[in-house]
Amino acid sequence: MTDILNGDETAKLPSPPAEDGEEPWELRLYVAGQSAKSVAAFANLRALCERYLPGKYEIEIVDLLQKPQLARGDQIVAIPTLVRKLPEPIRKIVGDLSNTEKTLVGLQLRPRAW
Amino acid sequence: MTDVARREEVGRTNGHAEQELAKSATGIQGLDEITVGGLPAGRPTLICGSAGCGKTLLSLEFIVRGALEFGENGVFMAFEETGEELSQNVRSLGFDLDQLIEDGKLVVDYVHIDRSEIDETGEYDLEGLFIRLADAIDQVGAKRVILDTIESLFAGLSNDAILRSELRRLFRWLKERGVTAIITGERGEKTLTRQGLEEYVSDCVILLDHRVSSQLSTRRLRIVKYRGSTHGTNEYPFLIDEFGISVLPITSLGLKHGATTERISTGVAGLDAMLGGKGPYRASSILISGTAGTGKTTIAAHFADAACRRGERCLYFAFEESPDQIVRNMRSVGVDLKPWVDRGLLEIQANRPSMYGLETHLTTMYREVREFRPQLVIMDPITSFLRSDAGNDAEAMLVRMIDFLKGGEITSLFTSLTRGGSVLEQSEVGVSSLIDTWLVVKEIEQQGERNRGLYVIKSRGMSHSDQIREFQLTSEGVKLKDAYIGPEGVVTGSARIAQEAREEAAKVRRQEDIERKQRALERKRRALNAQIAALRLEFEGEEHEAQRLIDEDQRREDGLLQGRGEMARSRKVDPQPQKGQEAT
Repeated sequence: MTDILNGDETAKLPSPPAEDGEEPWELRLYVAGQSAKSVAAFANLRALCERYLPGKYEIEIVDLLQKPQLARGDQIVAIPTLVRKLPEPIRKIVGDLSNTEKTLVGLQLRPRAW
Repeated sequence: MTDVARREEVGRTNGHAEQELAKSATGIQGLDEITVGGLPAGRPTLICGSAGCGKTLLSLEFIVRGALEFGENGVFMAFEETGEELSQNVRSLGFDLDQLIEDGKLVVDYVHIDRSEIDETGEYDLEGLFIRLADAIDQVGAKRVILDTIESLFAGLSNDAILRSELRRLFRWLKERGVTAIITGERGEKTLTRQGLEEYVSDCVILLDHRVSSQLSTRRLRIVKYRGSTHGTNEYPFLIDEFGISVLPITSLGLKHGATTERISTGVAGLDAMLGGKGPYRASSILISGTAGTGKTTIAAHFADAACRRGERCLYFAFEESPDQIVRNMRSVGVDLKPWVDRGLLEIQANRPSMYGLETHLTTMYREVREFRPQLVIMDPITSFLRSDAGNDAEAMLVRMIDFLKGGEITSLFTSLTRGGSVLEQSEVGVSSLIDTWLVVKEIEQQGERNRGLYVIKSRGMSHSDQIREFQLTSEGVKLKDAYIGPEGVVTGSARIAQEAREEAAKVRRQEDIERKQRALERKRRALNAQIAALRLEFEGEEHEAQRLIDEDQRREDGLLQGRGEMARSRKVDPQPQKGQEAT
């Protein structure tokens, strides 16, 4: 866990190739260093993806302390922010992703029904 | 330490702190004057006001001037407009943001939060904003930072508690970074800003206002607080023109303009004589004040006429009469302005003062002056402005106008209508300090008639006449007459004519007297001459007689001697006759 955040400013998880007909999920998590919120967000995201998007997701972690200029591109203000680059449209989820239900809704993996 | 001594010590430290408070000059005309040097350096300042009051523009000007004039680079974090929109909006003010960005003097970061694409879950902070800001500041080594309008965050993110604590942290962080920051905020219903930002930013708060009174809109600026510094506490009108924002405190008068020694004619011969014999200085400010119908406009028309005769351009702002009316009326007193209008030397701009707000008037006049490039500008009358509710603002406007005209070596002439009674109305006293040459046309009522007197209250830099002259409007223009000082003051009109007649009679009498005396003298001279002639004749007569007697005596003597000789010869007394021997 911490290893991934420690090494490069961005780290990519190995992800298996997407299945036919299924769009790959491109997710980007913006963090600032090793803050508790960032670490929690990554853990929550990882768990969620493994369960709901097995084998068709890719997570890029951007540490703004290392690459501050990247904050502009995705209009990042709050940390941590999860950006769903693909599938479109772009969605953003701000916070440590501790509420799985809300996160799933935010990622449009579950309809906004409640 | 006694109480007194302690208090003194406290007082000293306070005074010391005030001197030490570093300020960051805005370069905005007038604002530095009322803030005594600028915004607090290294601290955040809150600028609040309702929509469209000029918050963004003020902060942009602060940052552009900082980069251009004070060598302090800036970061503009825009929450409401994109960089392109900002660039476009201020291009009309002559600010080229793109160039500044290219030169590495400015970073514009557009922060956009679209609530529709964002969900929130769990804990977060605004570290991303901090990082972006820090990055932008480091890119250009910024000393000035604008956050416009940070309250937009409240629309984009829903967790108020987090936002508030993060904002507090942000302002603290800005202070620690030592940047001079402006935070703008939309005015709330009961508070200065909707989100109560004034709680967090406590060093300097400036309130902008855009209000309409008597259907005229005026922008105003007020410094609500400025910790640790004295500041102007009034509401100051400000305007936005093609040079950006100008706040109008009376002290903004630069007093840097040069002074020419060239004199110009007023067009009224007698008036030139009253002003040191040569007329007023070029580029000076002249005020003609007087009650209604005393001929202020006529004198102004003479000025205009004289300028056009010299081949100069004259711009005439008329606030009470239409251009045609002025031309017609002036023709009746022998000043024909029509040819000058036709030749393009004279331009008459007629506007009702109530047509626009003061700022717009000032802006319009600035623009007209810049386009027409006149050597003489006439504002007739300025009273209409001074009488409106915005009396003080009007003074400020005149200060700016005079300042501007002097800077351009343009002579300015103002007329001012005074009510009856004292000529020195209060409203004029305010303006008078800005005036170099002040002429007063006074109504003199005497013996059942009304006449006009003209005198010079002051004329800087020349010895001017202190005499009240009678002033006549004739069909050949303005004529100044020497005034007679009678036992009851200046004698004018028919009293003056009577006085003139009396003087004429006295003169004739004196003349006759002289002639009579001369005649008497002549008579005496003639009598004397006659006497002399008579005496001479008498003398000549006597002289003649005397000569005759003398001759007679001579002859008798000769005859005697002859007789004696003959006698001797006949007696043969002596053979040798002895001459000269006389017998006794």
